[in-house]
Amino acid sequence: MREYLLKRVLLIVPTLCLVTLLVFLLMHMRSGDVVIQMLEGYAYADTVEALRRELGLDKPLHEQYLAWMSGVLQGDLGRSLWTKEPILVEFARRFPVTLELTLLTIIISVAFGVGVGVLSAVRQETWIDYLGRVVAILALAMPYFWLAILVVVLPAIYWRWTPLWTYVPLSTDAMENLKIMIFPAVVFGASRAGPIMRITRSAMLEVQRQDYIRTAWAKGLSERNVILRHAIKNALIPVVSIIGLQIHFYLGGTVIIESIFRLPGMGSFFFEALIRRDFPVVQSVNLIVATFTLLLNLMVDFSYAYLDPRIRYR
Amino acid sequence: MISRAKAVEGRLARPTTGTRTRSQLLEIWVRLIREKPLGLLGAFIVLTLLGVAIFADAIAPYGYAQTSLTQRFRASSAEHWLGTDQLGRDLLSRIIYGTRVSLTVSLGATALGTLLGTLIGVTSAFFGGRYDLGVQRFVDAWEAIPNLLLLLTIISLLGPGLFNVLAVLGLSFGIQNSRIIRGAALSVKENAYIEAAQAFGGSNLRIMLSHMLPNVAAIIIVVATIGLGNLILVEAALSFLGFGVPPPHPTWGGMLSLQGLSYMYQAPWLAIWPGVALSAAVFGFNMFGDALRDLLDPRLRGGQ
Repeated sequence: MREYLLKRVLLIVPTLCLVTLLVFLLMHMRSGDVVIQMLEGYAYADTVEALRRELGLDKPLHEQYLAWMSGVLQGDLGRSLWTKEPILVEFARRFPVTLELTLLTIIISVAFGVGVGVLSAVRQETWIDYLGRVVAILALAMPYFWLAILVVVLPAIYWRWTPLWTYVPLSTDAMENLKIMIFPAVVFGASRAGPIMRITRSAMLEVQRQDYIRTAWAKGLSERNVILRHAIKNALIPVVSIIGLQIHFYLGGTVIIESIFRLPGMGSFFFEALIRRDFPVVQSVNLIVATFTLLLNLMVDFSYAYLDPRIRYR
Repeated sequence: MISRAKAVEGRLARPTTGTRTRSQLLEIWVRLIREKPLGLLGAFIVLTLLGVAIFADAIAPYGYAQTSLTQRFRASSAEHWLGTDQLGRDLLSRIIYGTRVSLTVSLGATALGTLLGTLIGVTSAFFGGRYDLGVQRFVDAWEAIPNLLLLLTIISLLGPGLFNVLAVLGLSFGIQNSRIIRGAALSVKENAYIEAAQAFGGSNLRIMLSHMLPNVAAIIIVVATIGLGNLILVEAALSFLGFGVPPPHPTWGGMLSLQGLSYMYQAPWLAIWPGVALSAAVFGFNMFGDALRDLLDPRLRGGQ
């Protein structure tokens, strides 16, 4: 077990190094033209040379990379061109919002997806099953940003109701905060529940046919016991892997969801920076979110090991 | 000598493979109709969308950029079936022309991405060793950054535009799916006939093209069809954020965009119909892709 976990942790290091290189090279792909655009659009400096100097673009490429990396390793991500504030300060303010949104979304999509999926499998070929499957197919086809727009626009027109627009941090007032976060999380979570539901259903159907489940029935256990104590745990393994595959959807989607619901998180930070051509911020957010994605994936791997002893002892 | 042998082989091989693939194709269609009603519905939607995209000029009642300041925010009527937008443009016509953009980008990107993914996947599996290791670590790094962030970053640097969006989506699609194709190619590589071809002195290129590629073709087709629906969604998300195909070209995502949000309070149909078109298209491609996957390669079932 320890060896397995250690190996997974160590594998992240080379990937992270490559991520930094990839992000860095991407941002320098067309830095010449981009600097001119930044200057024309937002006047971040007086001359092209001044802006190039400020961004460190006047040095050779490898020196720029090493300078950036040594900064990153010391916790210095540079300054935003727009606000002139250290990126790390803004990041510390915004990260909890995205973390909360992502976790809430995952919880909602898993609760909904696993719940309906299990019900659908246990009541196979009944109207509950058909209803569940139709909902899953619809959830897969409806883009979450459309769902979000509908939630924002339609109740406002017909019932004069809108989601709350002023963000309240979790630490200030947990209840108020939850009232704000619940709508984006439900909208986003519902759209991601489709694949989870489908995978749960097929995994449950497979598990239900296995011998140990028949044994559990033969022992005279109640349905509740058979399903909840015996079947679900094994059916959850593919569910965990689909969550792992979807983590970059959850995080990528925050760009759109946070912009629609006006949440001050990493996604809207990224998007605002993108529009203002504040590229130091774009570069840093890419790196931070990639690191976060890798860490979440690591957690998924760990929960695998928890759910399936066969992985633990291999 | 060799060329004569090839000619004979070609003459012998062509008719048999020709009829085989034709009857296989026919069989898949017959099974689609018999066994997969949802898949058939999907195929119907896909064909309809293709027709709409090709004949948009003939079908659309108005031009996509035809503005009329006297006709702003009209609800649905006999002249404007789905109503008009903030500039008095006919929503139905814009959705019809939007089909063209959506399908061009998603089909183009899928074609490009499938080509790239096959190239990376098959060569990576065939050569193995350091090349494979290097390529796979690069794919790891690429996949660590959430797709939407990566696409937005690249497009904001390159500038929006039909070609850029198509190319970047294709690139990303290819890199992401190269892994599935590599997996399939790896298992094909273990077959004795590959070894036999090598022992026979077949060049690497020939082995990859005529021995490995046909055996991973089913998976490539499945990856491509399932990817189509997803690429429509990603293109719409980019347009939604204003980083897709720029105006005046109408895109479904662009019609729903944040910039238009304030108009939607006045005219809710602006928030509804482009989303309906988008969902129908994704539904069609998903159902068709799922059915095709079940028919071509049942082992992949339950992957998504």
